[in-house]
Amino acid sequence: MIEGAAWRKWVFYNIPLILFVFVLLFPFYWMIITTFRPDGELYRPWNAANYQPFWTNNPTFDHILYLFEETSFGRWMLNTMFIAAVSTVISLFCGVLAGYALARLNFPFAGGLGTVIFVTYLVPQTLLFIPLAEIIRNFQLGDTPWSLILTYPTFLIPFCTWLMMGYFKAIPKELEECARIDGASRWKAMVYIILPVAVPGILSAGIFAFTLSWNEFIYALVFLSSPDQKTVPVGVTSELIRGDVFFWGPLMAGALLGSIPVAIVYSFFVEHYVSGLTGSVKG
Amino acid sequence: MAVTAVSGSVARPTPRLRRMEDERWLAFALLVPTAVLLGLFIAYPFVEGVLLSLNSTRVGIKGEFVGLKNFDKVWNDSIFRTAVWNTFWYTGVTTVFKLALGLWLAILLNRHFRGKALVRAFILLPFIIPTVLSTFAWKWMFDPTFSVINWTLFQLGFITQRINWLGDPDLAMTSIIIVNVWRGVPFFAISLLAGLQTISPELQEAAAIDGARPWQRFWHVTWPLLLPVTMVVVLFSVIQTFADFQLVYVMTGGGPANATHLFATYAYQLGIGTGLLSEGAAVSLAMFPFLFLIVVVQLLYIRRVETR
Repeated sequence: MIEGAAWRKWVFYNIPLILFVFVLLFPFYWMIITTFRPDGELYRPWNAANYQPFWTNNPTFDHILYLFEETSFGRWMLNTMFIAAVSTVISLFCGVLAGYALARLNFPFAGGLGTVIFVTYLVPQTLLFIPLAEIIRNFQLGDTPWSLILTYPTFLIPFCTWLMMGYFKAIPKELEECARIDGASRWKAMVYIILPVAVPGILSAGIFAFTLSWNEFIYALVFLSSPDQKTVPVGVTSELIRGDVFFWGPLMAGALLGSIPVAIVYSFFVEHYVSGLTGSVKG
Repeated sequence: MAVTAVSGSVARPTPRLRRMEDERWLAFALLVPTAVLLGLFIAYPFVEGVLLSLNSTRVGIKGEFVGLKNFDKVWNDSIFRTAVWNTFWYTGVTTVFKLALGLWLAILLNRHFRGKALVRAFILLPFIIPTVLSTFAWKWMFDPTFSVINWTLFQLGFITQRINWLGDPDLAMTSIIIVNVWRGVPFFAISLLAGLQTISPELQEAAAIDGARPWQRFWHVTWPLLLPVTMVVVLFSVIQTFADFQLVYVMTGGGPANATHLFATYAYQLGIGTGLLSEGAAVSLAMFPFLFLIVVVQLLYIRRVETR
């Protein structure tokens, strides 16, 4: 694809790419460096003399210690992990079954139902959070992890269903018919023949759903109130800012540590994540 | 259910199992969990939201029916009008930049080079890392006194005065747009890259042999073939951006002086912040017609592509 001299390759491809990578990753570098800088270095005005912002010679763990000693950060991590894991499992269960039904079974209104699920996929959380907060309160779920575990599937199930439909449609019908001729029931054919083939799809949907629930903010912000129940994004927002004072060191430490579980899950399954992402777009 | 179905099939099929052999019954059974959850936490809140927006509920005070009064009040509210304008401006500007930069990045990635898989994995990080957390890093970079961006610009000699990124209404909106573009470009790039990879290089070669210049090859060969993926990506992104909350909430909280509110942040401020639940619900629901329009366009477009 690339024609011409080496300098052209640099000017048109390598340098722009390096710039893109630099800008996209710099905030994370800034997060890391802030986490390990002592307060004395952090709060030095931007135009102070001999100030070097990009490195520190006195790395400190103070901010991380503050996080674990003065706030419930450990609890927030466990809460977020628990909520993300359980809501992902629920959504996968529902999404796989629904996706199978919509992709491979003939029944009245199948097309219409598919459209309805696709439309709910596009309903943003911000449209319904106020009435939903009332409903959660009426169900006595307020300030419990279950308020999130039961509501996160509303945006995860449509996504999982949509993704799984794509996977199930791609599996040839003959595979199932062979099993049926050999005497397997419909249910058995689904569980033992089709589901194993669809494992990559289930994995993609699961990883994507996990990162989506880790990222969710407004429901967690509205439904949870006591510090011990909070998720990482909400805890960091509400407990590390007092009035107008931002505790930047612990804030960045919290942002860094709160990102690590997602980053780890992501790094193990990059390919699945990417195929989930592009699959969700292609539909 | 699973246990009975599997163990029952060893002997004579039970009536329940025979029913499962009927596709309609099986489909019904498989769809029940989804229908229950979506009905309870999407359809029901939607109805509840419409009712809420038509009465005068506040926190702790059960309201009575007031018709369209909330919508009327909101419509004459100058902050709401600013929020509407902001939402359209924010969605429009970020989408243009995300598409242009995302496409550029996708083209840069669509070739073989060493470390490609690694670069691609790292590039997606802004999209993976929880938005609230990465937005805090940006807020810290835009800090009025300790901004690293100001420091860099100062050292390079571009500025002598500090730039008050989040304190000035216009600049605050621009800062928010920058962060949204930063977060959205990876999604556009990776999705469009997947689209680019489905386009056979032979088409490019054929066009090149026919004497098409690189720009012509892009415009007449690549772009039309990429259009279906592009449309879907853009519409997804438009919906997400239009209904955005967390980014603005963290960066400015709608300030300074209510200048950067979007639908969602203003609804939050009214409904949860000041406890005017009905008015908040009305502001939230005011998004619905626009979202509805976007979804209809998307569905019509998908149908057209499928029937073609």
